[in-house]
Amino acid sequence: MDLDGIYRAEYGRCVATLTRLLGDIGLAEEAVQDAFAVAVQKWDEPPPNPGGWIVTTARNRAIDRLRRESTREARHAQALLLHQADEPQEVGPVRDDQLRMIFTCCHPALSPLARTALTLRLLGGLEVAEIARAYLVPETAVFQRIVRAKKKIRDAGIPYRVPDAADLPDRLASVLTVLYLVFNEGYTSTSGQLLRTDLCLEAVRLARELAGLMPDEPEAIGLLGLLLLTEARRPARVGPSGELVVLAEQDRSLWNRELIAEGHELVRRCLRRNQPGPYQLQAAINAVHTDGPATDWPQVLALYDQLLHHAPTPIVALNRAVAVAEVHGPAIALAAVDELDLPGYHLLPATRADLLTRLGRTAEAVAAYDEAIALAANDTERTFLQARRARLTTDD
Amino acid sequence: MKKYLLAVQFDESAPWPQEEELQAQMARTDEVTAEMRQAGSWVFVGGLLASHATTVVRPGNGTTTVTDGPFAETKEQLGGFWVIQCDDLDQALAWAEKCALACGSPIEVRPFVDAQWG
Repeated sequence: MDLDGIYRAEYGRCVATLTRLLGDIGLAEEAVQDAFAVAVQKWDEPPPNPGGWIVTTARNRAIDRLRRESTREARHAQALLLHQADEPQEVGPVRDDQLRMIFTCCHPALSPLARTALTLRLLGGLEVAEIARAYLVPETAVFQRIVRAKKKIRDAGIPYRVPDAADLPDRLASVLTVLYLVFNEGYTSTSGQLLRTDLCLEAVRLARELAGLMPDEPEAIGLLGLLLLTEARRPARVGPSGELVVLAEQDRSLWNRELIAEGHELVRRCLRRNQPGPYQLQAAINAVHTDGPATDWPQVLALYDQLLHHAPTPIVALNRAVAVAEVHGPAIALAAVDELDLPGYHLLPATRADLLTRLGRTAEAVAAYDEAIALAANDTERTFLQARRARLTTDD
Repeated sequence: MKKYLLAVQFDESAPWPQEEELQAQMARTDEVTAEMRQAGSWVFVGGLLASHATTVVRPGNGTTTVTDGPFAETKEQLGGFWVIQCDDLDQALAWAEKCALACGSPIEVRPFVDAQWG
């Protein structure tokens, strides 16, 4: 593996371990960056355990640096290091440290945007510039957000540990939300930018780590299953000229069989545990979509009924209505959609438009498409909706 | 140990609770304070009178001016506060949750400047 690959794979793990050793994220990052700078100079080829090498070097560089400085953080960190002086020297990144870091980065006392940026920077090893490009925001904004969040972690005393059993369900939910949002940000932008794909892959990688670290948390397994089964369909989701292809019209031979097999296995693991939650149910729905030559809609509807029970949100209800249309017909589905209140959400009028089309109520369908087109945030989705609308008007 | 201020954000524009509810709130709040003492987290507690009783003294040009009322005429005023000591924010938030449920008002959690390493 080249140095870039090692950096991406090891940065987060090494910073997590150094944060425990130094008691401060900022000092840990500096030390790890120092160590990688040394690696660039010294490595002809990577040592057998590059993470261990980086951690040991970073620790030694940190001790040197702290001896030269006399700020209060430096004295604090030095005290911590002395405290651990009898620890074995040749240690690699510790897996528990990463788990601590995930919970620190996704702490509810941080703003949701800060949680995402910190997670991508500290766990994913993404550069500030990469995060900025992926979210289409200025670099300075991401930089300031991260600096502020790290300052709050230090000043407010956000702990660096896995929460107690009593707090774990809520805190884990916050971690899962961050990973889910990172994935979604990459997935809903279908503009084909490589960096957006990176966000999906990064979310999958972190979800995989989390599921490995918490194998007894069914929702962590469920999230990984959901992301894998969604990611597996990505190659078929955009057509040759960049247009959006809906599930029913996707070329299933383009789906990633390996990811689907892995996702199905995770869903079976969840079913055996029988402690369903929102991510497990969404994974199960996606397992049905990717099982066999066509979707078993009654089964999808049954799963949506369960999901609505666990997560009674209008967005879940809207998705459930799509399954209702397949099972009970568009008229019943339309009645369900018309009860929903989702201001500004383009998929509500888009779903109405589709149901109205199927009912032959063309004029109303055109109006609903117009409403959806005006609300759609993303060019690919807008083009898709415009094409659907055009079909209606040329058929007249 | 870090020290945290748990400040009660009291909405003065909201209707005053019934006497019975007020007594219950105060009893619940006292219970939380007792629990804090028992856990060794308690440093100080105080309830404050409303903003009608507040006066501000402002410095300027080497002298001061005295005005009636709080700093800002907003609905939310400082209604009272606890000072606690604990290991980290998670412990402080756990106390703040109990305080919020007991007194029925939002609680702002602020760390004190850490003097330990200063």
